[in-house]
Amino acid sequence: MSGVRVLVGTRKGAFVLTSDGKREQWDISGPHFGGWEIYHVKGSPADPERLYASQSSGWFGQLIQRSDDGGTTWEPVGNQFSYQGVPGTHQWYDGTPHPWEFARVWHLEPSLHDPDMVYAGVEDAGLFRSADGGKEWQELPGLRCHGSGPSWQPGAGGMCLHTILLDPGEPGRMFAAISAAGAFRSDDAGETWQPVNRGLQSEGIPDGDAEVGHCVHRLAMHPSRPEVLYMQKHWDVMRSDDAGDSWHEVSGNLPSDFGFPIDVHAHEPDTIYVVPITSDSEHFPPEGKLRVYRSRTGGDEWEPLTRGLPQAHCYVNVLRDAMAVDSLDSCGVYFGTTGGQVYASADAGDNWAPIVRDLPAVLSVEVQTLS
Amino acid sequence: MIRVVLPAHLRTLAKVDGEVELDVTGDATQRSVLDALETRYPVLRGTIRDYRTGQRRAFVRFFACEQDLSHEQPDAPLPSAVAMGTEPLLIVGAMAGG
Repeated sequence: MSGVRVLVGTRKGAFVLTSDGKREQWDISGPHFGGWEIYHVKGSPADPERLYASQSSGWFGQLIQRSDDGGTTWEPVGNQFSYQGVPGTHQWYDGTPHPWEFARVWHLEPSLHDPDMVYAGVEDAGLFRSADGGKEWQELPGLRCHGSGPSWQPGAGGMCLHTILLDPGEPGRMFAAISAAGAFRSDDAGETWQPVNRGLQSEGIPDGDAEVGHCVHRLAMHPSRPEVLYMQKHWDVMRSDDAGDSWHEVSGNLPSDFGFPIDVHAHEPDTIYVVPITSDSEHFPPEGKLRVYRSRTGGDEWEPLTRGLPQAHCYVNVLRDAMAVDSLDSCGVYFGTTGGQVYASADAGDNWAPIVRDLPAVLSVEVQTLS
Repeated sequence: MIRVVLPAHLRTLAKVDGEVELDVTGDATQRSVLDALETRYPVLRGTIRDYRTGQRRAFVRFFACEQDLSHEQPDAPLPSAVAMGTEPLLIVGAMAGG
């Protein structure tokens, strides 16, 4: 029988939520790694029992945990992330040069085909890869060493590489996004990179054609149409129809085009989801109403999805890695909040219900569809 | 034999209860004790000392015999009571954060 496994990273541990295909009754396990920040947990598409988790703390640094039984048991694997060569500097908040320093792993992206191959996006921005199930990590320095690197600046949350997309249609093509440098594409499996930010307009960047410096919050693609990318930027929801070579705005009738996550329906490449947030200075939903917005037209025309979500006095945020979809026939959509709720919709967003209400602040949500 | 007390999170990681007892060859120093600790429990590598610099992580402290040894040189001898095993070396997570 089909089912789903929702992998939740929080400020104080990881949680695994499982259900059958109806997605009405949930089993909740955790906290795993209680007391640690779990920025991300993700399963291998090639082996759903293989999970990777990023575990970190300000006291004791970074660990990577691996599970080979779907999150029942875990084993710490390699945690040495060393930039290749002399790392050099990027810009600090005040514009002065600042040495590249590893802080944490924000995002883990397992290979589409090999359970032992996994990519890690880190702060300060860099891309690492492990080919042995997370035991050893090597940097792919072509991204950090892109000529624009010394001009990159951190966003308010740090200079993080938070998004990694692997193109299922074109081997070797991958995308990464860095706050606040922008989006980048590699066509040679991560060896070399080019910025793909043409068309982005960002307040605070005087040069309208700036190659980098954009605070991209999240990228999303549908596997059947990987040349189409969607982006939630600091402000603006954007779309590219040419693998990032150019972007145009599709914010349309959203009540605010500021936000963090963006995701695509599992079966409808033109159906996308965002969670509008009031502004960069007020990280909570407009009017205290938690609304997911859905576009069935690939952007521009948006409808609020409110059934089952709090429509008064709600002041949570939904972070960039905290939304995901399953691929059951009726697409499930999931997101977690900084208030510790994880909401699920088993009907593509029409109706919502909380799976759990009182977790620590949710940092990430991923979903595995199990057969 | 050197006695070491780990903070709770690191005891969980290392899968130990209570104190850790280590045989240290040569002089008992922060470096030699931490080397022995990490050899016995490789999972602790990078959690007490930074991989890149080898320095104590900022929010980790070393106490023993009612003294804060955090700013001692890594190769300075530890107090004789620690070297003789009558007092433990305490590795402490600093009080910070929420």
